[in-house]
Amino acid sequence: MMLEQDTGLSLAIAQIVQRLKGSSLHSQLERQARGSLHKPEIKLESLKEDIKEFLKTSGWEKRLQNAVYSELNVFPSPCHPAAPPEHIKEPLVYMRKAQGSWEKRILKSLNSMCTELSIPLARKRPIGEQKELLNKWNEMGTDEPDLTLFRPVYAPKDFLEVLMNLRNPNYENGDQPSFRNHLGLIQVPLKVKDIPELKDYFSELGLNTGQLGIDDSTEVPPELFENEHIRVGQTVLTEQDSAAAQQYVRQGCPTALRAELWALILNISNQPEDILYYEQLKSNVIQHDLLVDSLIYKDVKLTASNDDYYFVFEDYLYQVLLCFSRDTSVLEHFSYNSATPPKSYIRGVIPFHGFSMYVAPLCFLYHEPSKLYQIFREMYVRFFFRLHSISSHPSGIVSLCLLFETLLQTHLPQLFYHLREIGAQPLRISFKWMVRAFSGYLATDQLLLLWDRILGYNSLEILAVLAAAVFAFRAVNLMEVTSLAAAEAVLADLSTLKVMPLLQIFLFATVT
Amino acid sequence: MATGPAPCTVRSPVALQVGDVKTDLARPGVAVIDVALPSAQPLDLQEIIFKNSYTAFLTVRVQRCRPCDVGRDGARKWVTCLWNHCLMPSPHTEAGSQDYFSLSRHQLLCDVDQVTAMRLILRQPSPFWLHFTLEELLLYPSALQTDFPSWLSYLAPSRTPISITIACLQGVPDPEKVSTEVQQLWVLTEMIRANQTAARIGRFDVDGCYDINLLSYT
Repeated sequence: MMLEQDTGLSLAIAQIVQRLKGSSLHSQLERQARGSLHKPEIKLESLKEDIKEFLKTSGWEKRLQNAVYSELNVFPSPCHPAAPPEHIKEPLVYMRKAQGSWEKRILKSLNSMCTELSIPLARKRPIGEQKELLNKWNEMGTDEPDLTLFRPVYAPKDFLEVLMNLRNPNYENGDQPSFRNHLGLIQVPLKVKDIPELKDYFSELGLNTGQLGIDDSTEVPPELFENEHIRVGQTVLTEQDSAAAQQYVRQGCPTALRAELWALILNISNQPEDILYYEQLKSNVIQHDLLVDSLIYKDVKLTASNDDYYFVFEDYLYQVLLCFSRDTSVLEHFSYNSATPPKSYIRGVIPFHGFSMYVAPLCFLYHEPSKLYQIFREMYVRFFFRLHSISSHPSGIVSLCLLFETLLQTHLPQLFYHLREIGAQPLRISFKWMVRAFSGYLATDQLLLLWDRILGYNSLEILAVLAAAVFAFRAVNLMEVTSLAAAEAVLADLSTLKVMPLLQIFLFATVT
Repeated sequence: MATGPAPCTVRSPVALQVGDVKTDLARPGVAVIDVALPSAQPLDLQEIIFKNSYTAFLTVRVQRCRPCDVGRDGARKWVTCLWNHCLMPSPHTEAGSQDYFSLSRHQLLCDVDQVTAMRLILRQPSPFWLHFTLEELLLYPSALQTDFPSWLSYLAPSRTPISITIACLQGVPDPEKVSTEVQQLWVLTEMIRANQTAARIGRFDVDGCYDINLLSYT
């Protein structure tokens, strides 16, 4: 078995070297190494060691470490060499099939919208229109195009229907209720963590560890935790160490340091070539008009513009999302995403109702459009894509739904039974929270504390745990409702909730 | 491995069950796959590669044709070379259920040279799954087994200096010089081939790519 680990390690190293070769970091390192040859401390006899030492002291080794760490976090560990590429996207055949038919449905809907409205999917803008758009690039929100005929391609509840009907053909799915059937809506037997495993996994959220969101409240003197935590955060930023930053944010980010810490974890440095890339995408937007743009406009107008916290960022949202829909580098993530883009030259993440809410909270942290864009893109290819594609990954939406239902059944069985009996399956209410990563449902400071932990643990499982914790918190009221509508009303407003105490109580302080 | 998979016949799995296979409702949790190798070519096994299909535990037994393996009554003994290897850590759930696995000879409990037959015993204790088996089973022999033709070991005599000077006088370029130049060219092409990068070159547009009206399904 030891040899297996070694071959796995060398395969992983080879894969990472392959991906970093030819990147701008590689050429920068080469340039630095060549430039260092003039320095007196580099001697010919010990050339290799001296250059390595130079790269270490000048901070370039750290940048390489951060890049390697980023690759390890994003790309899945190398599969068996015999495994075909579709196996790497998604190992289970029936899930691949389900994702394929879901995609066909979306494309059909998009195509029929095109033919109904007689609008091309893409067209080149005339020069006059290009000039006009360039002039009002920073205030696209003032535009009021006629979007009444457009409708969102799908909403989260349509996606939930698809997930409910997922079945493994090799599984005993009897019609008779038996121990084999799950009591919730999700019927696929994926492995999810139970509370002891979650306690271990989220050990930094425990009762004996300081947290921002709990130990920085006004009653607690800052000398006990907050001051020291901020000091450690500043040290992490000076060291520019991605791995240390990821460990640090598990206890929360101080507001002043959050933007830089997230950029460090996501390995975004806003180099000149990144700004240039964003400008290229902007010129793509100016020159060509896509149907997807109208869908984005409609989504922003329906969701973010109506939200008390986010309506001020409407213009930023257009600047980010319109560019995102033209970014071909996003295509790379389809190698580990179970979804496949439609066959056209333009990349294919088709937005659904609420998609713009992934970007909106980031507008509080980043004000420069190209940096905001890069942060959003990195967050999307690491996390958000899993929330709307069918896969067996532990952070995929199917696993999150199953984790939520299992936690609720195991720890609040009476509540679960009661809600089921009145026709209010809990997942019907919590699904929309998880698909949007709680954006638009929680207060923004609480949402950012939650997203700190998503970055810190590199996993979305915390969304399912929070959803269960919210149900546990309002259990008394929920036991008294007698219909789905009443249950929805009890859980309609989450804006007063404090995320970290809820999570801590549910994981560490509930008597089971 | 340099060599391809060895030829073998893989039979379909046979369930081991007490009672009548057809009428008994209880699901058998054990199945056996027999692999027969051509008797004229006993195999020195290097690696076994397969794709799992809902099997939880695997045991492998082999029959070898070495003299020590023949029992008192003349029949060959079956030797266990892998016992209860776990493929699915949590048999009621999907983890590992459709993954690819490989077992190399150093992971096996006994020596696997001169193998004539193999038996794979599959266990799936969970009653949830309707069928369980292994797919795409391939056996790879050790590289040492390839025959070395004797004429390869015969080295041609090197060129004498006299013949080179004669060639120069006749206007033919010096073969040593040509060969070094060709070697340099070859090294350059190898370097470029070795430095394949996965980084993006940058954006480039294909003419007419923005004029589309419908997206295709396939």
